[in-house]
Amino acid sequence: MWGWFHRLGSPKSFYEISGFLLPAMFALAGVLLVTGTVWALGFVPQDYQQGHSVRIMYIHVPAAILAQSGYMMMAAAGAVFLIWRIKLADIALQCAAPIGATLTFLALVTGAIWGKPTWGTLWVWDARLTSTLILFFLYVGVIALRSAMDGRESAGRATAMLAVVGLINLPIIKYSVDWWFTLHQPSSFSLTEKPSMPIEMWLPLLVMVLGFYLFFFSVWAVRIRTEILNREYGTQWVQSL
Amino acid sequence: MIFESFGAFMHMGGHGQFVWCAYGIATLVIAYNVIQPILMRRKVIALNKQRIAREGKL
Repeated sequence: MWGWFHRLGSPKSFYEISGFLLPAMFALAGVLLVTGTVWALGFVPQDYQQGHSVRIMYIHVPAAILAQSGYMMMAAAGAVFLIWRIKLADIALQCAAPIGATLTFLALVTGAIWGKPTWGTLWVWDARLTSTLILFFLYVGVIALRSAMDGRESAGRATAMLAVVGLINLPIIKYSVDWWFTLHQPSSFSLTEKPSMPIEMWLPLLVMVLGFYLFFFSVWAVRIRTEILNREYGTQWVQSL
Repeated sequence: MIFESFGAFMHMGGHGQFVWCAYGIATLVIAYNVIQPILMRRKVIALNKQRIAREGKL
């Protein structure tokens, strides 16, 4: 098991294994996203309070989940890089940031659009929304810090540090709806309790969340592979590709 | 399909503009995340060719 991890930690093995898995990952992500979108737009019953605007949930919730989960993975990569100096972890951190930033942006924008008919406003400075905006700034900060610093090693350590410190924001996002009085509703799902909505509403949501996860991993892998080619161009195996 | 006509599907009981706007932006974000890495990959591959050619000359 450890040997396998070690092998995956080398840029060359990652490049080979991901190249083998990527077509299937992209295909499955595409199938899930298309199925989920058609289902969400045309077949999910409307909400008795929100009407058809509830369909926005099938974009908003997966985007918000991936915004946070992507940050967690990015920070984990940062921690791995700080502790073990694994090059691939530094590459993974660098490549996760732009994807996470765009998905956080999507969560914020779809939330604003959904807020208009539901709350009557695009934005309120409420705890959940503000902490998610900070998440967006953290992603942008990681990208900006990397491009502002010379020297790959020190830039890598500084961005990893920022990513790890920024983890403090994640429990704030999660518990913001419980700790403060907010407009944003608390989560309708948890691992331990039954979902508070009927199956015909949460099943397509599950499909969308899985699709977003797979999409995230797929485009993440593509970016990592490109950065491997960029950094390892001097090696024999890259030149013989 | 729970909508009776295409018009009803577009209108969505008055929420059409919000729903379609959200899905439109989502499509753009997804497309960006697919296209940008492909362009970047091409750029890096071209750059690597240049680097190797330059080293060959030295």
